[in-house]
Amino acid sequence: MRGTLDVALPMPTAPPLASASPGSRVDHLAALYRQMLLIRRVEEESARAYAEGKVGGFLHLYIGQEAVAVGAIASLRPDDYVITTYRDHGIALAKGMSARSLLAELFGKVTGCSKGLGGSMHMFDKEHHMLGGYGIVGGHIPLAAGVAFASKYRSDDKVTLCFFGEGAASIGGFHEGLGLAALWKLPIVFICENNEYAMGTPLSRSMSVEDVSLKALGYGMDRDRFFADDVLEVEHRIGEAVQRAREHGTPTLVEVRTYRFRGHSMSDPAKYRTPAELEEHKKRDPLARAREGLAQAGVDGARFAEIENGVEAEVADARKFAAESPEPGLEVLAATTYSGPFAY
Amino acid sequence: MTQLRFRDALREAMIEEMDRDERVFLMGEEVGHYQGAYKVSEGMLAKFGERRVIDTPIAEAGFAGVGIGAAVVGLRPIIEFMTWNFSAVAFDQILNNAAKMRQMSGGQLECPIVFRGPNASARQVGSQHSHAMEHFYAHVPGLKVVAPAFPDDAKGLLKSAIRDDNPVLVMESETLYGLKGDVPEGDVLVPLGKARIARPGTDVTIAAYSRMTHVALEAAALLEREGTSVEVVDLRSLRPLDEDTLVASVERTHRLVVVHEGWPYGGVGAEVVDRVQRLAFDALEAPILRVSTLDVPMPYSANLELACIPQPARVAATVRRVIGDR
Repeated sequence: MRGTLDVALPMPTAPPLASASPGSRVDHLAALYRQMLLIRRVEEESARAYAEGKVGGFLHLYIGQEAVAVGAIASLRPDDYVITTYRDHGIALAKGMSARSLLAELFGKVTGCSKGLGGSMHMFDKEHHMLGGYGIVGGHIPLAAGVAFASKYRSDDKVTLCFFGEGAASIGGFHEGLGLAALWKLPIVFICENNEYAMGTPLSRSMSVEDVSLKALGYGMDRDRFFADDVLEVEHRIGEAVQRAREHGTPTLVEVRTYRFRGHSMSDPAKYRTPAELEEHKKRDPLARAREGLAQAGVDGARFAEIENGVEAEVADARKFAAESPEPGLEVLAATTYSGPFAY
Repeated sequence: MTQLRFRDALREAMIEEMDRDERVFLMGEEVGHYQGAYKVSEGMLAKFGERRVIDTPIAEAGFAGVGIGAAVVGLRPIIEFMTWNFSAVAFDQILNNAAKMRQMSGGQLECPIVFRGPNASARQVGSQHSHAMEHFYAHVPGLKVVAPAFPDDAKGLLKSAIRDDNPVLVMESETLYGLKGDVPEGDVLVPLGKARIARPGTDVTIAAYSRMTHVALEAAALLEREGTSVEVVDLRSLRPLDEDTLVASVERTHRLVVVHEGWPYGGVGAEVVDRVQRLAFDALEAPILRVSTLDVPMPYSANLELACIPQPARVAATVRRVIGDR
C-alpha cells in the first residue's frame, strides 16, 4: 500500500513507542485511553443535552471514531496545526480544547470557545492551534493547504493535519487542495476519516473506486490506508506521514477506516444500515480495545477507576459550567464581524 | 507626484508593501513568469523571486483557500484573480471562510487578505466575462470592497487594503489599466471608506465608482454645455460606504443619480438610494434614479454591449430627468 509511487520516501520501520520502556508505554496508552474516554463521554453528554433542548442546530457526534483524532494528534507537537470539518468535537478535545469550552459552545454560551457564535460545527481554539471546524464539505481543505503553505513560507517546521470524511473526496475543494499541496510540496497530512457513510450514502454509491487513498496517485502524493481499531497503530501510521511532512516537506493522503456508532447528526435515525452491521462494528470499538490493552498490560481496577472517575468529574464540571455560564450579549456581534471599526 | 498608469500604480503599491512587510506575498494565475495577464505584476517575480510571487494552476477555489489559510496563521496574502468573473468558483471560500473566520472563531482568528483583479465589463468578452462582482461581495458582512477610478487611489487604496486586518476585495477595471494620472510618491495611504469629490458641482450629484466615475465625468461635461452643474462623487469604497460625503453632497445639490455597472436588481446602487433617502430625505427635490447595466446577460455584439453598459449619453439623459423643469 505504501511506497507504491516512485516519489515515495523511505518509511521509518520502528513504531515510535518501541524504544520506550514498558512502563512508559502503558502510561502513554493510558493517557490516550483517557482522551478517548473523555471524547466518548462528552459526546454522550452532548447528545443528552441535545435531547433536553439545551443544544440547538446540528450535532454531529464522533462516537466510534475516537481513535482517529486521539491517535493522529498524539503524533503531533503542540504547535502543529489541526483543522477539520463539522464533526469536530473529538478533534478539538484531542488538540487540547477543554471540555468546559466545548460544552459551553454547544450550549451557545459566551464562555464557549467561539463565544457561542459558532456552535457544534465551529470549534476553534487559537491557543492550541485548533483552527476550526467548518460546515461546508471540503471547503476547509484548500484552507488547510494554506496553513501548511505558511509553514513552508516561514520555514517554521510545523505540520498541519487536515481531517475530513470520505464524502469530501468527491468535491472540488478536496482535489484543488490536494493538487496544490502536492505541487508545492507542503507539510500537511490529509486524513480521510472513512466512516463508510456520507450522511446516508455508502461509499459504494458515491465513488467509482472503493479505496479513497487511490486519489493520491493522480497527484503523485504518498498515501496510506488502514483501520482505526488500535489507537497506537493510528499514532504510528499518522506519525510516519507527519515525519515525512516535517522532514521532507511532502504531503500524504491517509485513509483511516472507521465507523460512527451514531447517525450522521442527531436528526438521523440511520435507517440506511442494519442493526446487525452496527453491532458488528461495535465489537471493534477502539475505546474498548484500548481498555483491553491496558488490562492485559496489568492496569488494575484502581487505576481504571481513577481514570474513569476523573473523566466523569471533568464532564460533570463542564456540563455544570456550560449550564451556568451566561449567554452572549448583542455587543459581541459587531466586534467579531470585523477587526476594527464595523464596515457598513 | 509622478505620472503613472493605473496598472503601474497598483504594482507600486504591491512592491512597496512587500518591501515593507515580509509577510506579504502575491499569488495567482500568470502573476509570475507570464508577468501578469494584464501586466500588473510585471517584473515582480524578478524582484521578489518564486517564494513571494507565486504562479498557481487554474484552481481559484484552491488558491483562494490557500490564501485564507495562510492569512489565518499570520501571513498577509494578495490573491490576484485574473478577472473577478473567475472568483465565482471561489465564492464559497470568500463567503464562508474569509468573511466568517473572525465570527466563527469568536474573534480568535483574523483573516488579513487582499483579493484583487479586474472587474466588470472589458470589451466584447461576452456574458461570462463581464460580471460586476462587487454587488455580490458588498452584500457580505465581514468583507470590505473598494473600487478605485484613478491611479493615485488605486495605489493608496491597495496599500490600505494590504495593511487592513480584514479581507479586502479590490475591484479594478481592464479598461482603466492604461489610464495615466498623478500619483504621490512613497507611502501615501488612501483610507478605506472615504469617497472623493471627483468634480464639484451645484445642481445635481452623480455617485459612481471605478470605470463609471469616468463615464459620469463625461456626462458632467455634456451637461455643463447645457448649463447644468454636476457634482461627481467617486465612492472609491463600497463597503464601508461613505454616507457623510454622499449626504453632504446631496444636501448641496438636492438631486442624485447613481451610476454603476452590473444589474439593477439590488446591488450597490440600491444601497446608496436607500441610505440617501433615509438620511437626506428632506434635502431631496426629486426621486433618486439609477443608471446600471441593462437587466440581461452581457451580449457580445459591440452595438448591443454599448447599449447595455451605461454610457455618458444615458447618464446625461437620466440627469435631465431628475432635474426636470427646475
